[in-house]
Amino acid sequence: MPSPTDTLSELPVVPVGEPTADEIAERSLWRDAALRDDEYVRACELLGRRPTWTEASIVGVMWSEHCSYKSSKHLLRTLPTEAPHVLQGPGENAGVVDLGDGWAAAFKVESHNHPSAVEPYHGAATGVGGILRDVFTMGARPVAILDSLRFGPIDEAGEGDVGAEVHATRRLLAGVVEGIAGYGNCVGVPTVGGEVAFDAAYARNPLVNAMCIGVLRHEELQLGAATGTGNPVLYVGARTGRDGIHGATFASIEDPHGRERSAVQVGDPFREKLLIEACLELFATDTVVGVQDMGAAGLTSSSVEMAARAGSGIEMDLDLVPVREPGMAPFELMLSESQERMLVVVKAGTEHVAREIFERWELDCAEVGRVTGSGELVLRASGELVCRLPLAMLVDDLPERRWPVERDDSRLPSLDLGVVPDVADGAAGAALLRLLGQPTIASKQWIHDQFDSMVGAATMVRPGSDAAVVKLHDTDRAIAASIDCNGRWCSLDPRAGAAHAVAEATRNVACSGGRPLAVTDCLNFSSPEVPHVAWQLEQAVAGLGDACRALGTPVVSGNVSMYNRSGDIDVLPTPVVGAVGVIDDLAHVTRAAWTTAGSLVLLLGSEAVALDGSEYLATAHDLVAGGAPPIDLALESRVQACVLEAIAAGLVRSAHDCSDGGLAVTLAESAIAGSIGATLDLGAVASSDLRTDELLFGEGASRIVLEIDADHIAELASIAARHAAPLTQLGRTGGDDLVLAREDSSLLRVPVTDLASAWRDALPMLMNSEPHA
Amino acid sequence: MTAVAVIVFPGSNCDRDAARAVDDVLGAGTATLAWHAETSLDGVDAIVLPGGFSWGDYLRTGALARFAPVMGAVREAAERGVPVLGICNGFQVLCEAGLLPGALLRNDHLHFRCDEVPVEVASSDTPWTRAIDAGRALQLPIAHGEGRYHADTAVLDELERDSRVVVRYAGANPNGSARAIAGVCSAERNVVGMMPHPERAVHAWMGSDDGALLFESLRLHLGDGATDPNRTELAGALAD
Repeated sequence: MPSPTDTLSELPVVPVGEPTADEIAERSLWRDAALRDDEYVRACELLGRRPTWTEASIVGVMWSEHCSYKSSKHLLRTLPTEAPHVLQGPGENAGVVDLGDGWAAAFKVESHNHPSAVEPYHGAATGVGGILRDVFTMGARPVAILDSLRFGPIDEAGEGDVGAEVHATRRLLAGVVEGIAGYGNCVGVPTVGGEVAFDAAYARNPLVNAMCIGVLRHEELQLGAATGTGNPVLYVGARTGRDGIHGATFASIEDPHGRERSAVQVGDPFREKLLIEACLELFATDTVVGVQDMGAAGLTSSSVEMAARAGSGIEMDLDLVPVREPGMAPFELMLSESQERMLVVVKAGTEHVAREIFERWELDCAEVGRVTGSGELVLRASGELVCRLPLAMLVDDLPERRWPVERDDSRLPSLDLGVVPDVADGAAGAALLRLLGQPTIASKQWIHDQFDSMVGAATMVRPGSDAAVVKLHDTDRAIAASIDCNGRWCSLDPRAGAAHAVAEATRNVACSGGRPLAVTDCLNFSSPEVPHVAWQLEQAVAGLGDACRALGTPVVSGNVSMYNRSGDIDVLPTPVVGAVGVIDDLAHVTRAAWTTAGSLVLLLGSEAVALDGSEYLATAHDLVAGGAPPIDLALESRVQACVLEAIAAGLVRSAHDCSDGGLAVTLAESAIAGSIGATLDLGAVASSDLRTDELLFGEGASRIVLEIDADHIAELASIAARHAAPLTQLGRTGGDDLVLAREDSSLLRVPVTDLASAWRDALPMLMNSEPHA
Repeated sequence: MTAVAVIVFPGSNCDRDAARAVDDVLGAGTATLAWHAETSLDGVDAIVLPGGFSWGDYLRTGALARFAPVMGAVREAAERGVPVLGICNGFQVLCEAGLLPGALLRNDHLHFRCDEVPVEVASSDTPWTRAIDAGRALQLPIAHGEGRYHADTAVLDELERDSRVVVRYAGANPNGSARAIAGVCSAERNVVGMMPHPERAVHAWMGSDDGALLFESLRLHLGDGATDPNRTELAGALAD
């Protein structure tokens, strides 16, 4: 190691073959480093000179939307992030919440949309790898993965271009699923849940969001701060290659298809598995000061963020970085997004501990630098100074973006139900079957079966119920988690839509017996430079805040992914919300499947439903219009508290959140999952002026279908009354058919086996694969 | 006390699950994780090769793991009659190492498949199934991309003739395995390999506790006195 740089006058040299600082200025080359013109000017002002190519590249990537949140920072600041049970809020690699008895959960969701658009397998795989690292960096052992995926339509049997697009989307879906499976299965973390939805807006820009949850003891928490002048900085894990250079800036520009594939990284789950084990072993030795994974913007963001958090400085010699190929330029080493790498600061004098552990796991471990007190990022290569940048400039002084915000009413079609015919007498059964086969609603078993959902031997509720449930080993507790968002609602009313996402994710957790603790969010939007999109973003963040405050579930981590557009098509605003809760007693674990013939079936919660933005209107009438369904967050909170109390009292045989497709689909799903029919009268649910299609397929918040032993009705009613939550008896389970009536008139009668095949066979048939038993 | 070694290859990811299942059924402290670089397993009463992706399953499933130093010790132990159970990737490793006949090929539908499936115990005459009546159906998890059991007809006929098919898929064949074979044993019957994961089914909360019967079988087998005189001393050494 050369001695720490302390000569303030020493200026970086320009490696052979790179443009000089003056050439960058004269030829506007900053644009190739993803700096906007005004940002370059600002950088020169802050630096007091023109940056070199290495420096401009580092500034460009740190100031990219992906790393800096420059267009959303002012909004994110408004979100609630604190609660007594929050051990670590946003700002670290993942949020951490208390689970009781000294246990904690670290979790976060992150997007890998752009890479997955051009290279579905590796794009999705490395998305999983990245989020796993964010979690085990916190000292947690990853115990669950959930995914939120969006694709274009896979069910249009068109000719020509339309047909080609549908086939391309199927290949995209298959590739993304294989990528998630290939990585998660090998690394040995179960993929326990998720959601998948289809809409034309995602056809060329799919969304691939992965959430990871890890478990740790309170005292095992690791943070990403590079403290202690003189402490060594270790590079551990895989070697650095030329893959993923400019990946972070790639994710911050429009149209993924406009960039070359070299911005996509290739993952190695085997190495990640070794990295997890080696890191957790190292953390247990108490020699680690700080740690961060090399995710977006690789060595740059990890070193800069760790030093900035500590208010220290960092100096590295790039010649010491383990590389896959010789001759890499400093900017390439700093921007590479090669996977499965971490930066670790250890206590001086304990380097050998890390070295021995990583050697045993056959991973590289190199001392590449030292913590300094300079407040600067200083880099050397070939013995020369190649970069000298103030850390404050990189993380604090960037120009925030306040894009013009303007609602475009032409993109908010209103709904006139008067021109939409109600479902005809006798046609409701067929409408239900059609909805069940609609890809967004249909069974995702074809996807989930490709994921190992049981490795870890702790999975109590596998994919397909409301929330996934994973037991905490050596305790009588479990974690419940769900990830949700209805992009269509968000496109019609982003504020209500985002609030719905929080409500649904937490409601799913509550239906499974879990007390919701906190959420993580992934804000997937198009270009914030479009005023209507800027409005969507502003509204959605406000809606997240509304709901998180009302439900007592702060946002503890998250990610923003913008510029999700291809050509002139914006994705639907999709603020995906992942909720995590704790189940204090394993006896409270509750599923969506009906368990027993002869049970009483009830609807707990809101009577307010709407066809606005519903799956039914889109499927049956090809119509997406109106607002989002109404949501009363105070009622939502009471309904969740009520279901939790009823579950804790042992009254609930099954509970199922009423969401996409409305009440009829919810009842059908519980019937299918339990292979039990029911005879139900929906007449008491709503006022008599409700249309039949609204009654059956109208969607709304704060609604849960409960199955209980009829003997418990009085006790349940008193709990519901105490929470001021409406409770309506619908009828009884039993028989082979789902029979729905409205007072004296029959609405539909369909054998559960027919419901099951419509629901189960849809996806395998669309994906050209045989359904299996 | 009984000592069961669970082998850890780089990339094993069911090693801790298997050890926990062994401890849960046979008593805390029974299982010990044994590193792939170990050269001796003297003194252990039984060995489990767990599931996962040893060496990333690069080249071919189990193809690299068979060269691990510990595999020499596994072979020696197997020859001494020590019960060996290979689960999923462990089964693949045992086939690659020649300790079991046949090979596991890519599933016929070409996808990884995770599910709970019914299997039928076809032979009680192994240390791992002796507490289970032949013909009994068990509900066990599977999770693999390469689980299609393959062997030539002569070998399959021999396995059938000698009752060396230990478990068979009882419902739909989930991967296209020859004769729906889910697990087989060695000619000496002490080495068993199977694609299903019994360690993921040892408590009712897991969805099934049928897998515990395999570890109960081991207890029954070892209780009969099939022990190694050196085991106490060497089990202690392993624990270090």
